Amino acid sequence: MAEATRPLPSLKELDTRPFWEATKGKQLRYQKCDACGTVVWHPRGHCTGCTNGTLSWHTASGNGTLYSYSVVRQSYHPFFRTLVPYAIAWVDLDEGPRVLSNIVGVGDPTTDLACGQRVKLTWEEHEELSIPLFTPA
Amino acid sequence: MSQTRDAAIVGIHEYPSRDVEGELSPLQIKAQSAARALEDAGLNWRDVDAVYDAGEGGPMSGLTIAEYFGLKPNVIDTTNVGGSSYEYHAAHARRDIAQGKARVALLTYGSTAHSNMARIGVGGRGGLGVQPGDNMESFVGMTLVANYAMAARRHMYEYGTTSEQLAEISVATRLHAMRNPQAVKAMEDLEFLNIRETTIEDVVNSRMIADPLHLLECCMISDGGGAVVIAAPEVAKDCAKTPVWILGTGEATKYPENGGDITTSAAAQSAPQAFGEAGVTPTEIDIAMIYDSFSITVLALLEDLGFCPKGEGGSWVEGGRLRFDRPDDGPALNTDGGGLSSNHPGMRGIFLLIEAARQLRGESTSQVTDAKLAVAHGNGGMLGSRHCAGTVILGRD
Ligand SMILES: [Zn+2]
Repeated sequence: MAEATRPLPSLKELDTRPFWEATKGKQLRYQKCDACGTVVWHPRGHCTGCTNGTLSWHTASGNGTLYSYSVVRQSYHPFFRTLVPYAIAWVDLDEGPRVLSNIVGVGDPTTDLACGQRVKLTWEEHEELSIPLFTPA
Repeated sequence: MSQTRDAAIVGIHEYPSRDVEGELSPLQIKAQSAARALEDAGLNWRDVDAVYDAGEGGPMSGLTIAEYFGLKPNVIDTTNVGGSSYEYHAAHARRDIAQGKARVALLTYGSTAHSNMARIGVGGRGGLGVQPGDNMESFVGMTLVANYAMAARRHMYEYGTTSEQLAEISVATRLHAMRNPQAVKAMEDLEFLNIRETTIEDVVNSRMIADPLHLLECCMISDGGGAVVIAAPEVAKDCAKTPVWILGTGEATKYPENGGDITTSAAAQSAPQAFGEAGVTPTEIDIAMIYDSFSITVLALLEDLGFCPKGEGGSWVEGGRLRFDRPDDGPALNTDGGGLSSNHPGMRGIFLLIEAARQLRGESTSQVTDAKLAVAHGNGGMLGSRHCAGTVILGRD
């Protein structure tokens, strides 16, 4: 039986394809409206702050703050069950987007994480794209 | 403003079994429940002229259900907003009846989640990711429990809420479940360990599933279903049971936003609509039927519904305040035993309406003396990310 792997995003989904294509080069990109300044996340084709603005892609610094998290102790997924306990988190990037990711590189996620702590981007490389993960800063 | 009495719940049925052992389909559970609910109202299939369906029986459900039940309805509403669907159906039925489009509305639910071994709460969410939001999130290994746990973690961080306070919700609902023979049977059929009243220590000492939520803070995964019949006043006056009037309703959505607050749910938007329309305040509510997928769901929703200020839910629920036999302290919570200890086949919203109606009729196994007003609040989707809220205020004459 083939080794279970992380489920990867689709490169066919039209709103998010430019984001995932940029991860190949380890760029964490987000959109901002040229007209009204709204930071749009998740990526999409239109501005949610105004009706006629154009969204431009910007590259995030990768620095952020842990908004909240949970440590999964039980999973039936063939890949994630091999990772337990692992941390899932909402991370507020300094540029504004609130992104969902995993916190990795932590000794014991059940004791060593806290809301409000600073985190920084790290990449998990795959063939066609890279996955943005975070680690304590 | 004055209350209107445009539509009432006149028939209810909760399918009794939580484990049909693969011998019944969701459609069969829906049909059996519909027949019993119509009997409860003193009505028949031919009286139904509006159907409301969340589509759990398959695609094109408005058509499927009409044919399967042998109905020719004038109103077909297939709103699906997860577990809150039935609060929306009740709201829409009231609206459609008030406009004269319908006289007798039928809401049904059926699920074989347990028989299917659906494992609603503990699986990993896979990577098909057809929606753009999902395509940004499906790589993390989210579980349903972890999603809600992130709301709980942030609530603890911002307000000092404790696991012991969250456990109050599990303890109160288990107390009510132990008084409900159907709930006790459900726990037996689903092979719960230690089927008895629980303590706060039991809850916080149970196994951690996704920090900070423990096993006894998570709902069960059952089979089940039910039906609700809602009728116009001229029909309700001749029905077999006391009408339970729909006095106010509210709907809302919530989804991840930059800088947003995940301790506040969509109920903060839907509840003021519902209470305002009903002309009542939370302090007047006797029965709180609040979607208890997890302990944190109830805590956040109690705050958002206005029973206490945001952040104070933890201290507010302390000391057994939510028990059915403490009416002077505020509403009784989930007097059927809730999703935590009686019935959760995936979309529990219909049972919130059913038990609220039982209470206002005086038929609950944990009856609150002289209960007059109830709130049923459904939360569909996921508390920690994207969900829908449906609030329904119910009252009797
Ligand atoms: Zn704009």
